[in-house]
Amino acid sequence: MPARVGRAAAALLVIALVALAGACGGDDEKGELILATTTSTQDSGLLDELVPAFEADSGYTVKTVAVGTGQALELGEKGEADVLLVHAPTSEDELVATGTTGRRLLVMHNDFLLVGPAADPAGVQGQAAAAALAAIAEAGAPFVSRGDDSGTHKLELALWTQAGVEPDGGWYEESGQGMGATLQIADQKAAYTLVDRATYLASESRASSPILVEGDASLLNVYHVIEMTTRAGDRVNEDGARAFADFVVSAEAQALIGAFGVEEFGQQLFVPDAGKAEGALAPAA
Amino acid sequence: METLLDALAEAVRLLASGDAETVEILLRSLRVSLAATAIACAVALPAAYGLAFGRFRGRGLLVATVNTGMGLPPVVVGLVVTVFLWRSGPLGELELLYTTTGMVIAQALIAAPLVCAFAVAALQGGVDPGLRLQLRGLGATRLRLALALLREARLGLCAAAMAGFGAALSEVGAAMMVGGNIAGETRVLTTGAVLATSRGDFALALALGLVLLIVAFAVTAMLTVLQQRAAPLRA
Repeated sequence: MPARVGRAAAALLVIALVALAGACGGDDEKGELILATTTSTQDSGLLDELVPAFEADSGYTVKTVAVGTGQALELGEKGEADVLLVHAPTSEDELVATGTTGRRLLVMHNDFLLVGPAADPAGVQGQAAAAALAAIAEAGAPFVSRGDDSGTHKLELALWTQAGVEPDGGWYEESGQGMGATLQIADQKAAYTLVDRATYLASESRASSPILVEGDASLLNVYHVIEMTTRAGDRVNEDGARAFADFVVSAEAQALIGAFGVEEFGQQLFVPDAGKAEGALAPAA
Repeated sequence: METLLDALAEAVRLLASGDAETVEILLRSLRVSLAATAIACAVALPAAYGLAFGRFRGRGLLVATVNTGMGLPPVVVGLVVTVFLWRSGPLGELELLYTTTGMVIAQALIAAPLVCAFAVAALQGGVDPGLRLQLRGLGATRLRLALALLREARLGLCAAAMAGFGAALSEVGAAMMVGGNIAGETRVLTTGAVLATSRGDFALALALGLVLLIVAFAVTAMLTVLQQRAAPLRA
């Protein structure tokens, strides 16, 4: 190739590389840790408090990937994430059964709410969760599901099974989106939906979609931290995973969790549970 | 409507006050998308030259492929890049997933077909075929010929670069997947807007969108000034 075209191309490449170097500056910290977690912890803003506190304490840089619980568990199993903060106990058991995990520790809980139009066309107000869903199906009242294999979606499906209903038909819609977005869709369509308390309180939709069912034991939303090990993948950062798990169950993090949202929403969004027995949890609020 | 007005006020406030997080996200968006555009141009312009003036079997098919590439969904590009960059993937050792470098790669792949397709059109449509024959007849070396033809098509080539930059700056699917929207590291204007939306903070989301538009305008305006200054005076 003639020299000047070569030079021009070389100049372009240099520009590209300089821009690239600029683009990736600041990525090389001491240790990096990939945390796969659920959209609810991010959308509620809890992670914005926990992650910086952990980074300051430990010196690790945390890359937080907020996805549905299904995807978070999948990333853990493939060794693509080092530590998980998730809320789907049954699926978590399946992951633990693969033998790729380290410790699985109880972190906190809040609860799910069945919210919907104030007119409540299916008359679910005050019913038990499964009975309420059965009433919605009976009435054919619109219901918006996450439909994204998230922890919330998994719990919703378990409730339908409990209600003895196969959710299907024009009244049942799947948004395929995160909790905040799904709540907005339900609100706009005057439909029922299942939402975690933290997202609900942080959302503006609560004015027009009141809480209709709450406090049912089957609506508990329990979060665990799960350490992944090199059995999941060679590049898993076991030390970082251990450090993060130790941090979220520490007194400092538990205090942050307990205080989170109180100032802004006037009520606790998550109940810190580190060290408690699994069966001893009660609904929040 | 009220949300839109709130958003406008919020966008002005974010820019005027130099809000640290917004400025950081803004600069990152620019760095990533400019780097991606530069790489896309470095690859796509020589390729376009070859496609425009080369005579070889399968040229038409290649041009059609590049034109199809303009419709590549960013989310699909993002997914493919993500799979390659997974720790268990073929490029896992580079540890580029959830980094801005990974985002640059994905956006370069999105921008390259656009730049290439527009550049082919610019070279074929913007260059008088007679010029090429004439220059060859005058005994121009291949290099001089190439430079002369690129110069002749510079308006269209500039437009090709702007199209590539616009695609890179505005895409969200690949930035979200490959970057992970990590605060302080890989959050850019588009992924920040998605997060603000899912948090129900529509005013902030729209404000970030407006900031994006303002930036896109500033960059393309600069390129356009250069382009128009270079425009030949026509009688």
